[in-house]
Order: sequence, then C-alpha cells, then structure tokens
Amino acid sequence: MRRARCAALAIGGSAGSLPVIRGLIAALPCEMSLAVVVCMHTSAHVIDDLCAVLGDTATVSVVEAIDGAAVEPGRVYIAPGGYHLLVERKARFALCAGQRINHVRPAIDVLFETMAEAYRGRLAGILLSGRNHDGAIGLTRIRALGGHVRVQDPETAEAPEMPRAALALAAPDGQNSPDELQKFVRALAWIGPISDA
Amino acid sequence: MNGFQPRGDGGGELSALDLEEQVLDVFVQALRIRHGYDFSGYARASLKRRVRQLASDLEVARIGDLIPRLLYEPALCDTIIEHLSVPVSDLFRDPWVFASLREKVMPVLASWPRINVWQAGCAYGEEVFSLAIMLFECGLARRSQIYATDINDHALEKAAEGIFGVERLADFESNYRAAGGTAALSDYYHARYALLRMRRELGERVTFAHHNLVTDGVFAEAHMILCRNVLIYFSQPLKDRVVKLFADSLVHGGFLVLGDKETLQFSRYADCFSPVDEQARIYRLRRRAHA
Repeated sequence: MRRARCAALAIGGSAGSLPVIRGLIAALPCEMSLAVVVCMHTSAHVIDDLCAVLGDTATVSVVEAIDGAAVEPGRVYIAPGGYHLLVERKARFALCAGQRINHVRPAIDVLFETMAEAYRGRLAGILLSGRNHDGAIGLTRIRALGGHVRVQDPETAEAPEMPRAALALAAPDGQNSPDELQKFVRALAWIGPISDA
Repeated sequence: MNGFQPRGDGGGELSALDLEEQVLDVFVQALRIRHGYDFSGYARASLKRRVRQLASDLEVARIGDLIPRLLYEPALCDTIIEHLSVPVSDLFRDPWVFASLREKVMPVLASWPRINVWQAGCAYGEEVFSLAIMLFECGLARRSQIYATDINDHALEKAAEGIFGVERLADFESNYRAAGGTAALSDYYHARYALLRMRRELGERVTFAHHNLVTDGVFAEAHMILCRNVLIYFSQPLKDRVVKLFADSLVHGGFLVLGDKETLQFSRYADCFSPVDEQARIYRLRRRAHA
C-alpha cells in the first residue's frame, strides 16, 4: 500500500531561527516533489537579502512568495515582510496588508492556518526558535486537519518561548534538535519509492 | 530511509471545513442579493479570515449565524462592509514610492493643463492627503482634482474629515522626510489634543465618492490612478477586470500606481502598460485594452 506523500512543508521561525532555517533548506535535495514555504518575522525590504542568505548554501531555488503565483513543488518560498502570506485552496499565494497579528506581519499563524486548509493531511509544519507565541495556533490547526507537526526542542532554541508556547497548546509529532529536523526534512523531500513501514 | 507518511485522521475537522466553505458561499450570495455587494471575486483565504473575524466580533459561533442577521438587520450592512475591507495605510506609506512619484511622474503630470487623479480604495484617506501635499509642493495643486473612492462609506466619511491620531505622527514625519517632502509636515496639519487635523485647503481639490471596483464602471478620465494594496484581495479574474477598468479610465500615457507587492505579471492586460519604476510599481498606459 502506498499512502499520499506530503505536498508541502510550512516552516515558521523568529528570533534565533535564521541559522536553523538555513540548515533545513541546505538539507533539501535539488529535486523534490515538495513545496516549502517559510515565514520568518522580518521587516519589509529585506526580502532579496533574505532569499540570498537562505539560498547560498542550498541546492534548491529560494524565492520570494509573490501574490497570485502558484505554489510549485521543488521550490522554497519566503514570505515578504510587511504583509501576511496566505495560501489559497488552489495552491496560489495571496498577500494581505491587514493589521499585525500577534504583533507581527507576516504572522506564522496566518500562513500555517491557510496552508493547513489548502493542503489538509498533505502538509507538514515546523515551528522554530522565537520570542513570542506566534505559530502555536497555526500548528494546532495543521494537526487538527490531519497534517504532521514538529517543534524545535526549546532546549536547543536560542529563543525558547515560541516552541514552548506551541508545546503548551498542541502535542506535536516530534520535538527535535536542528540536526534531527534536517533529517526529517530530508525524509520528507525524498522522492524515491516509499515503503509503508 | 522511509519517506514521511502523513497521518490519516482529521476527519471531523475536515468535514467541518468543507461545510464552512459551503456556508461561506451562501453568505457571499446573501450579501450580494440582499445588499448588492459582490465579494465572490475576492481572494478566498483572506476573505474567509475576515468573515470569521466578523462572526467573532459579532459574537456568533459560526459564519452561518451571520446570514439571518445580514438579511434582517439592514443597519448591519455598514459593519459588514467595514470588516470585509482592509483599510490600513499611513501618510506617505512606502516613502520611496512617493519619492519616485515626485521625481518621475510629477514632471510629466506638469505637462498636462488639467490633472485628474483617481485614488481607488482610499480607505481613511492617508494616501489622498499624501498626494494632495505632493501636488501642492510640486505647484500642481491648482489644476489638480483628486477623486478618492472606496466601498466603505464609514471610511469615506472619516477620510473626508482628515483627522488622524497624534500617536502616528512620528511615522508620518519620518515617511514624509524619506519621501522627499520640501517643507515641514507640520505646515499641513493642526494638532489639537490627541488629534491631527489636515489643513482644509488640502481637501479642497478632493472629491470623496462611493465606487465599487467589482461592479462599477469607468469613474473619470484620469491622468494618474493610485490603487495600492487593493488588488491583493481579489482573485485573478477580478484583478483582470479592474486592471482593464484602469486601462479604460486612463488617458494615453497616464500612470498607474499599485502596491509594492502587486504585480501585473499575471494580468491579461499586462501588455497595456510599460513600467516606469518596476520596484515602486509605477506603470504607464501604452495602449488601450482589447475587449
């Protein structure tokens, strides 16, 4: 029996998450059937630099998520600063310039919730280091709709508040170190045959 | 190593989600039939978030519970429209865009004897006053007319008052300077208690009016149209409709200014425009739209 693979991976991070995200993206194979969408708390106008920093150790292409563009497998998309990033049911990006949520824009909760509803059980979510509680509700939503969620072990996080808030709200499928998370995303992106073990 | 397997559960939540999608369709239909506002062409994910927020603010448990209220409480219509539009801006928001307008667009506008500017989706008026100030500083105010439109009547009323909270002044000031303002921002407002009132003269050349980009037609023959962070809320077919509406409304060589993350690249009518400043999303009409 073969079960459906994950079609997409959502990653959220804030303070202290940049090196971890860089490692996760570097761990991805150059060919994969997975679309990866990253929401970091950043200010506006740094998006080009951010894509460059995250892309220079990667074999996959790392690009800005553009309003109206299709979410395509094999690429890593980064949320631009100053807007919330959403994914529509038909797997297209949409931006929203509305109020900050959890004091931030882009908010991880917005991306996670809309991706959870678009991909349902075919989504994995990872929440990383950060200093507030953004992402906890979104991660819960991913799990409630049948997706798979991982949280960075707070012990390994430069800012443990965000992973802790998520752990307090939802029981994840795993609580991992950055090294373990790299193994996880490699397995997730693996395009060879899958066994049912 | 095995490929990762997602779990198969989530069944109850999934059917609740499917039901909510259907109820949202009914809500959108009810709003259109009862009040004439058609949100069916809006980008869905963000519309759904705003309708959920409306339900939460009106203290009803589900989106469906909004439907009888919108049918039988006519006064609620304004509240609904306010919730479904996203009026967020600042004076000289994205100042580099205004700097580019000043440098690249104002000299061309100056070559026309009369200048009509249409700001579509003016919300609380921050950008209307930014434009009025810039036209004044460029010596173009006397021959300019700004048409500022929105679907949100409450926002239009607020915009016409030209009053903003004083706590926003620091942002306004730094934006104004970064946008290349040639005077002091304080020349353009009176501060009273916790409020800034924009000077009355700035509003003299502005007409505020209700206009719905979804259903209404050409509003004016415009030399410049500003419509920033409105198209992001529309699905592609509605984006196309509105871009065509703008192409039909502009004089030949007229300018279109979009939000800094809004792109014409997926538009059917992209080739009607040529970029003036791609980064600032300033375009110029180079040919009429085909039907």
